[in-house]
Amino acid sequence: MTVSMVSDTTASDLKVGSKAWVERYGLSAVETCRLAQLELARGDRRFFSLEADLGDFGGFPFRDEFPDRYIDFGIAEASMIGAAGGLALRGKIPLINTFASFGLMRACEQVRLDLCYHKANAKIFGTFAGLQAGFSGPTHHSIEDVAIARAFPNMTVIAPADAVSAYWATLAAGHHPGPVYIRLAVDVTAQVYDEDCPFTIGKGNTLREGDDLTLVASGLTVVAEALAAADLLAAEGIRARVLDIHTIKPIDRELLAKAARETGLLITVEEHTVFGGLGGAVAEAVAEDEPVPMRILGIPDSYAEYVGPYPEHLRRYGLDAAGIAAAARQALPRKGR
Amino acid sequence: MTTADLKDTAHALRHHIVHMAADSPGAHVGGSMSVTEILTVLFFDDVLQVDPAEPKKEGRDYLIFSKGHASAALYAALAERGFFPVEELKTYKQMGSRLAGHSLKSIPGVELATGSLGHGLPVGNGIALAGKHDKLPYRTFVIMGDGECQEGSVWEAAMCAAHYKLDNLVAIVDRNGVQEDGPTEKIMALEPFADKWRSFGWEVREVDGHDVEQLSQALHAVPFAAGKPSLLLARTVKGKGVSFAENTNAWHYGRLTGEQRETALTDLGPRGIRL
Repeated sequence: MTVSMVSDTTASDLKVGSKAWVERYGLSAVETCRLAQLELARGDRRFFSLEADLGDFGGFPFRDEFPDRYIDFGIAEASMIGAAGGLALRGKIPLINTFASFGLMRACEQVRLDLCYHKANAKIFGTFAGLQAGFSGPTHHSIEDVAIARAFPNMTVIAPADAVSAYWATLAAGHHPGPVYIRLAVDVTAQVYDEDCPFTIGKGNTLREGDDLTLVASGLTVVAEALAAADLLAAEGIRARVLDIHTIKPIDRELLAKAARETGLLITVEEHTVFGGLGGAVAEAVAEDEPVPMRILGIPDSYAEYVGPYPEHLRRYGLDAAGIAAAARQALPRKGR
Repeated sequence: MTTADLKDTAHALRHHIVHMAADSPGAHVGGSMSVTEILTVLFFDDVLQVDPAEPKKEGRDYLIFSKGHASAALYAALAERGFFPVEELKTYKQMGSRLAGHSLKSIPGVELATGSLGHGLPVGNGIALAGKHDKLPYRTFVIMGDGECQEGSVWEAAMCAAHYKLDNLVAIVDRNGVQEDGPTEKIMALEPFADKWRSFGWEVREVDGHDVEQLSQALHAVPFAAGKPSLLLARTVKGKGVSFAENTNAWHYGRLTGEQRETALTDLGPRGIRL
């Protein structure tokens, strides 16, 4: 695994967590997340890595370096998440690594009660969030995880935009008290940030200024696609603001209200069902604070009918740059009505 | 405590349960009456190392009351042991009370909010794993219902506890044989129940769950085997001590009328009399 190659981060002449570092080693978000977990564990003995037989997705360096703090529960997510609650009751900080669909859905009630109700200081890292498991089919797609995670009181929900952001998000989550859910993916995705990735939980980032409309995006790939869509629109004289809402809960209401006030039209972009995810969170905030027309781009109310490569799934659902730009053009006349 | 004192204490707990089931919208009478001696021996026979004056004291043993619906019995035991005033039992399921139908995490002596079945054992594993990692001597006790063991998470956790050799973990199953809809063997058979646990790698002992001497002997003998989690199968009677509630699912949950309260108290016998 690539993570093994770079787990001794001190050997690298590149700044850890930088774009150059990510590109040198071709790291995906889940790999930078795993490296950040190692950093957390090196600095603080309270961190444990919890696994449900998916450790080979970048988890083995942790197992090799901290065997006594690496616990594999086998293919048993309820057992793993319940035990995370128990470890947290003893002051440990469980870093729970599994696929997004299994951690939050298979063991949903353990997340709800053993983690969220008890404000357990545990972090869930959900890999293969969205449609990244393109060819694996809907059993491995995770298009409802944000809606589920967001509904739990006390839960913080984060969707980093790229591998750099995932690194800093993981460090931030490790130092943030209470349950945190982070959506990730194993494929190498487009880079958005350089080494100066500002990552404060709850504070969105303005990636591009613009006054005609705002593209509000969250998550791997689609934030980069939103930026590319802004380029397409700029060529036509449409100035789109682009926000990276990496923290979906608690959401940055101030930044959203400002964008609504100044641009008058919000288009949300997420690799998630259009119900209850980023679009829902933005709508809830903006409807109260600064109501403006909105469009919610995401996956319609359906499971993927056939398998295919990840980019093809995105294209089909209009979540690539062309699809986002087309939706923006179509929505623009609604502005100010 | 002497055997007589333990019996008296169990008797007192049952009186509290009767009043809670009569003065509130209702209580899980059957499962509270069946688990009474188990709680009595844990709390009053120097099994659980806990300090009511300092419920979160470091070094304490952990009790996870996974069959949280039987909260009336747990509250009665906690109150009698001094975790909160006995008077507070009168607030059971009253407006503004913390004594909810299923135990809240804010109640002194409660480590984990329970009531959704199948949660206690996985969480108990986490506490026990932390104890092993930190080389601390505290123990973790998890009380489950028998019907609860139909939940798959129990068996995921059973596998895990044996795999990690958690001999600092003790699970006690209140085997009263009756669940909400009827006898366990009719609804979803558990037998051969002890063999199931053994085959999962647990060291099993079976006792009469209303015999405080047997319970005491077993619970003072944990772990039953080095390197293995301990399972105490306590054979009990649902609704024990209350004639009309014994061995029936009709009193899995309910509110006692005034008349039923009197009958139940008569069945139990007056407080303060050595049984």
